[in-house]
Amino acid sequence: MSVLSRSIPKHRLSLRQQDARIAWLLILPSLIVILGVTLWPILSTFILSFFNAPTGINQTRTFIGLDNYTQLIADRTFWETIGRTFYFTVVSVSIELVLGLAIAQLIHSHPWGWQFIRFSLIIPWAVPTIVNGAMWRWIYNADFGALNGLLMQLGLIKHYVPWLTLPEAAMNLVILADVWHTMPFVALILQSALATLPAELDEAAAVDGANAFQRFWQIRLPLLRPAILVALIVRTVDAFRVFDIAYIITAGGPAFKTVTITYLTYLNTFTFGKQGTGAALSFLISIFTILMAFIFIRFLYRPEETQ
Amino acid sequence: MRSFNRPIWILLAVALVSSLVGCTAPAATTAPAAPAATQPPVAPAAANPVTIHVLTMDQAGLKPAEIDQIVKEFEAKNPDIKVVMEYVSYDNVHDKIVTGMAAKPPAYDAAMIDVIWPDEFIKAGYLLDVTDRVTPQMKSDMFPASWNGVTRNGKVYGMPWIMDVKYFMYNKDMLEKAGISAPPKTWEELVAQAKTIKDKGIVEYPIIWSWNQKEGVVCDYAVLLYGNGGAFLDSNGKPAFNDDKGVQVLTWMKKSIDDGLTNPSSVSSDENAVEANFLAGKSAFAVNWLFQYSDSTDASKSQIVGKAAFAPMPVFDAGAKAGVKGSSVDGSSSFAIMATSPYADQTWKFLTYIASNDVQSRYSAEMLPVWQTDFQGDSLEKLKAATPTNPVTVPAFLSQFPYANERPTVPYYNEGSAALQLAIQEALTGVKSPKQALDDAAAKWVELAKK
Repeated sequence: MSVLSRSIPKHRLSLRQQDARIAWLLILPSLIVILGVTLWPILSTFILSFFNAPTGINQTRTFIGLDNYTQLIADRTFWETIGRTFYFTVVSVSIELVLGLAIAQLIHSHPWGWQFIRFSLIIPWAVPTIVNGAMWRWIYNADFGALNGLLMQLGLIKHYVPWLTLPEAAMNLVILADVWHTMPFVALILQSALATLPAELDEAAAVDGANAFQRFWQIRLPLLRPAILVALIVRTVDAFRVFDIAYIITAGGPAFKTVTITYLTYLNTFTFGKQGTGAALSFLISIFTILMAFIFIRFLYRPEETQ
Repeated sequence: MRSFNRPIWILLAVALVSSLVGCTAPAATTAPAAPAATQPPVAPAAANPVTIHVLTMDQAGLKPAEIDQIVKEFEAKNPDIKVVMEYVSYDNVHDKIVTGMAAKPPAYDAAMIDVIWPDEFIKAGYLLDVTDRVTPQMKSDMFPASWNGVTRNGKVYGMPWIMDVKYFMYNKDMLEKAGISAPPKTWEELVAQAKTIKDKGIVEYPIIWSWNQKEGVVCDYAVLLYGNGGAFLDSNGKPAFNDDKGVQVLTWMKKSIDDGLTNPSSVSSDENAVEANFLAGKSAFAVNWLFQYSDSTDASKSQIVGKAAFAPMPVFDAGAKAGVKGSSVDGSSSFAIMATSPYADQTWKFLTYIASNDVQSRYSAEMLPVWQTDFQGDSLEKLKAATPTNPVTVPAFLSQFPYANERPTVPYYNEGSAALQLAIQEALTGVKSPKQALDDAAAKWVELAKK
């Protein structure tokens, strides 16, 4: 026995460790490339956020410590913009989730033409965001827009309404454009998750006397939790960082009512030339999104359900 | 396992090295570091054609198709220089210049500079000092006012290109139908005429403005403000637009929407939307840059061919009493060479060509020349005959341009303008009272001036 134990070298890795090492080595080149492209900009932006850095070639950067952050946190516009962005995120993601789930259920029940429904879902999602924004801006146009035309013909309005000039409606209209565009993503994720659910559970519950509503709430929905979590985190983080759709449809107006936090970052960095403030804003956005993702995972992630 | 590992190690080493080389290669091929702002580097002898990139707007002034034509002419005369033009809408030009200048060499060798940007850009070191390149003939033959937009502290930073102001245009047909014999001379008269037109059912909203949350609303506000005898800044450089004259103007603007005379979509319209509305025959009065008139004569764009006319920009009664004879806003622009461009000589050659007397007079339908010699003596008659619209636009320009007011030439103008745009929008949408909105904007200007 002792002869055998002495002849096995101590530095020999276990099979699992060897697998892990090869896995790391295979990922290493891409990891280095990705880190090289993203790590340096992230670090330099982080450092920039502690400086007063006006744009310009001959401009000097002065170190001001946490001043950028404290000025932002003390600025009412910052908190109003965060509030607007939260409103956008919550409303947009909720509608997408509910609608997405409904459409996923519809497809899952395989009505006649369900493949066509699933295929046509991809079309809104495939439209580039800029094109989507331009399209909706024309739909909402006061003089020539399709929305006005439709409502007028249905007799719901007597005059054409200048939709994009109404401060309270503007954000909701941007939300509508965003929902149309990204709801298919949620629907498709949930539909594929639904397709993997075992049909026997449903049938067994039906046999036991559960009605459709109970089957949905107590069996399907809990089983869909991992897929919903994925859709929720992805969409929430994306919605919080929305920029291009607000930029194209309303350019932040009317009266700043559709300026989201990323839009504010863009304005500060490029239009006002305050790179330090812009850098600080981007880090604050990251903190918010990490917090939100963390909260979701904390409350919704149950590892045992994924097995 | 050892023999299995070795080929993998070699493969990984190759992958790693090639990815690192791929990462660093672009850095090695970029041009050398930026030169000092006043001494452009000597460009290499043009054995190969040099390509220069120029950014300009696709809005007022020449249309992209016409500029492409001019570029072709230039390239035919200068085979060693290739010009790549980029066209974006006006509101994007500023930000594109800022991002373009972050690159070495800069993304653009020259860019169109609006009259409100030189202070900010000179402070940022973006513009090349071209004082020594400007010939005495250019100085004397171009309008002095055109050099104002690019000259600071005696140094010249660009080549004048467009001299544009906002014009007051109206639909002759509609006024006739309403029984109005002459266009309004004051804004108060305009309101009365608009009411008549509306009451007779000729159009629902007789007036259209570009009051969306972009620079366009500040241009319109400037026209009205100076027409009321007001100003943006007082003699000490402190904000004056929130005094009672400014508040009156903003209140007047809101009232014209509330009274149903100004199209409510003005609050989300830019100058292109104003043109679309006016040319579709949906308004009787529209304030816009020169391009709206020539487009109105184009049957493919306009349903009111032959019906648009110019009138001197009205002023307010109070302004007229205070001695204001006319009011408009200067929307001129010029081309500037970017300070870090390695091809300053070639770029200057191109700019001299595109701004030359010959080119400008041939393309004067969209944009009148900046050469005052074209407006004198025989040249004036020639200019008027150059295109079908010139007989109308040239006299309009000559009578309106002398009253063009400048927006403040301060380095923080961009951020200040954003605050003013917000204030005007808040007042127009009823979020704040005009006085409150303007006071808040003025407070922001004071804060910006301190930095």
